[in-house]
Amino acid sequence: MGRTSIFLLSAAATVLAGTMPALSAWQPQKPIEFVATAGPGGGTDNLARAVQNIITKHKLTEQPIVVVNKGGGSGAEGYVYGKASAGDPHKVIFGTSNAWQQPLVSKVAFNYTDLTPIAAMAQDEFLLWVKQDAPYKTAGDYLKAASSGEFKMGGAQSKDTDEVLTRMIEKAGKVKLTYIPFKSGAETAVQLAGGHLESHVNNPSESLGQWRGGTQRPLCVFSPKRLPQGPKVTATEGWSDVPTCVEQGLDIKQYEQPRTVWLPGKVTPDQAAFYVDLMKKVQATPEWKDYIEKTSQVDTFLTGAELEKFIKEDLEHVKQVAGEQGWLVK
Amino acid sequence: MDNLAELLHGFTIAVTVPHLVLMAVGVLLGILVGVLPGLGAPNGVSLLLPLTFGMQPVSAIILLSSMYWGALFGGSVTSILFNIPGEPSSVATTFDGYPMARDGRPTTALATAFGSAAIGALIGVILITFLASWVAQVALAFGPAEYFAVYFLAFASFVGMGGAAPIKTVVALAIGFAIAAIGIDTVSGSVRLTMGVDELVKGVSFVVAVMGLFGIGELLVAVEEEFHARAVSSKIDWREVFRAIGRLPQHGVALLRSAAIGCWMGITPGGPTAASFMSYGIARRFSRRGRYFGTGEVEGIISPETADHAAGTSALLPMLSLGIPGSATAAVMMGGLMIWGLNPGPMLFVDQKDFVWGLIASMYVGNIVAVALVLLTVPVFAALMRIPFVVIAPLIVIICVVGAYSVSNSYLDVVMMLGFGVIGYLFKKLFYPLAPLVLAIVIGDKAEDAFRQSMLMSKGSLGIFFANKLVTCLIVAGIALLLLPLVLQLAKLWRKPASPATEPTAQEKVII
Repeated sequence: MGRTSIFLLSAAATVLAGTMPALSAWQPQKPIEFVATAGPGGGTDNLARAVQNIITKHKLTEQPIVVVNKGGGSGAEGYVYGKASAGDPHKVIFGTSNAWQQPLVSKVAFNYTDLTPIAAMAQDEFLLWVKQDAPYKTAGDYLKAASSGEFKMGGAQSKDTDEVLTRMIEKAGKVKLTYIPFKSGAETAVQLAGGHLESHVNNPSESLGQWRGGTQRPLCVFSPKRLPQGPKVTATEGWSDVPTCVEQGLDIKQYEQPRTVWLPGKVTPDQAAFYVDLMKKVQATPEWKDYIEKTSQVDTFLTGAELEKFIKEDLEHVKQVAGEQGWLVK
Repeated sequence: MDNLAELLHGFTIAVTVPHLVLMAVGVLLGILVGVLPGLGAPNGVSLLLPLTFGMQPVSAIILLSSMYWGALFGGSVTSILFNIPGEPSSVATTFDGYPMARDGRPTTALATAFGSAAIGALIGVILITFLASWVAQVALAFGPAEYFAVYFLAFASFVGMGGAAPIKTVVALAIGFAIAAIGIDTVSGSVRLTMGVDELVKGVSFVVAVMGLFGIGELLVAVEEEFHARAVSSKIDWREVFRAIGRLPQHGVALLRSAAIGCWMGITPGGPTAASFMSYGIARRFSRRGRYFGTGEVEGIISPETADHAAGTSALLPMLSLGIPGSATAAVMMGGLMIWGLNPGPMLFVDQKDFVWGLIASMYVGNIVAVALVLLTVPVFAALMRIPFVVIAPLIVIICVVGAYSVSNSYLDVVMMLGFGVIGYLFKKLFYPLAPLVLAIVIGDKAEDAFRQSMLMSKGSLGIFFANKLVTCLIVAGIALLLLPLVLQLAKLWRKPASPATEPTAQEKVII
């Protein structure tokens, strides 16, 4: 064997090693459909479009990608569609934790077990927001004032993440709140700015503009530690200046909303592995970092057993809250 | 005067060759998506959105908003020519636009619609320019009770007026409310009225409903009545375009009233659809020729079109200053703003002056570009009316089927659309009015949500609707509008008792 052939062989091996997983594994055969379980412009829709954009820009797959919105029924439309597409590996469903939470409290025609979990990418945090000129400075003050029983808490949708958190606050803070459901977090934020509500529990991106504009401010964040340092939001404060709720005597250690990615049911492990790998590649790009920072989310990546465990734990927790409220559907 | 200086600065950004080209491209694409039913402005804008990620934010928003203007104009074209509203907000335009076009005056109908639309948009932009900060404060005063009062006002201005028998209006409204209730309920989170069909959890799409009710329904009626089966021999006359525009100032009162309604509904944000219905309803009541509405009246076109565009334009203001979108398209653009790294909200006017004033200046220029382009297309579109019915009818069916399918790639939607076609046909045959039905489908669930949110807030007391001056005024105005026809009837009876009703046929004609 001459030197050249050794060189060629090793070169071939390197090339082969580089492409090996791609060659042996499954590849999409036709255009891929990204199903956003939310209307255009919402957080889930933004995620699906950001991922589409990154994949296209970096040519992470040969096939073109189209995003469709199926946000009817608080996202149920998209999940039902995913269930009906069992065995089709060219449909990717983008959602949140309502994939497993919604079937608990509402008679929808799907369960998360009808779908194949791919990953949880990006977590949205929750904060307790009050009107800018409200008299209370800390979560403790807020709870003291709320003990009058006249406080109105706004949130997006009914029996969904916002209301679950509201009920947790009631329990932890020993208060009664009147929960008013609106269509979206943005709508809720404007209602608070107008003084029609006392508080809400929006995600950072839903109330960022309102905080900068001085119409509302966060009291605390429902997270075990303070949010990472970022650019200042107002003249003096940034996200890392918001104390945790536990620090302020509201004992809810952690409450987050993961953005989840699913395939329909009955796909092969090879097909699922392709998308796990694809999402990992997306997460490694600078555009992804940019997206995470602009939407003030936390970068996470859960897949496989870790994701299963996360879903199980969250499900148990929500079941408990929903059971206490009498929301569970029989 | 600060605003004026900012605006002039904005013009220096908007009136550059690349931006003018973007406007023309946006407007043309917009006309295209507006003309194709089922595509619509929100979908068009979201399709275009990924292309703008690499652009300067101000260029991107100019492209998207120009597309929005184009789509608003384009949506009226199919309403007038084929009785198929391309956009929810152009439903009210069909009421008089379509009869006028069938009557052999498609050019007049289109030119009137475009001209009044441009005036509405212009008034909307002027409002944004000078009252931006004040208007933002007004919008904040709207809680659930105030929202309900606005929707109530919209219903009140439209029902209870001449035409159909009141009981038929009530029946049509009730059916509309029932259709709006299908799907997941925001307030309780439970699934309603899906009757075991899993897919219905998403609710009934408005586009599916109107394409069936108007497009297919009208077709079935036309097939039955032979005279409709002839092509309309319309003369394509360029001068008629300008004559129709020239006649607009004669309807100054209607224009101003409709623009005011449109701006109000855009800001509050009741949205362009509610605005156009309300404007049509009020015009019908207050116009001297109100009884002829529905047969091809000029003011019946001017009123909804002016209000639609005034609302569509001013709906961008709450988006920019509060971060709350006044329409579905505004919601998509807001998603775009965030991706471009801008945060809609009160600080946008302070932090991003170039962007905001560039956009506002582009609204002036973009609307002028849009109306110029769209007027050029009038003869082309009007010529479509010459195509014989036997050719155009299958085309309408295809457009409706494709349009219904493309809403969410669902076969069920196509079946429902055809079902709505039969309902539309039956409504026409039995002289039931379609307008209240459509109005209830569009804003019925919003009104219901607002009512139940108010009830949650007040712990079940109706007193919340009289809790402050604003909401009291709105509710009282609504009740007054609702009772006005009754009072007028009673007054008539008082003066000349037992005078038999005249012209029952004219009354029946007025039914839409």
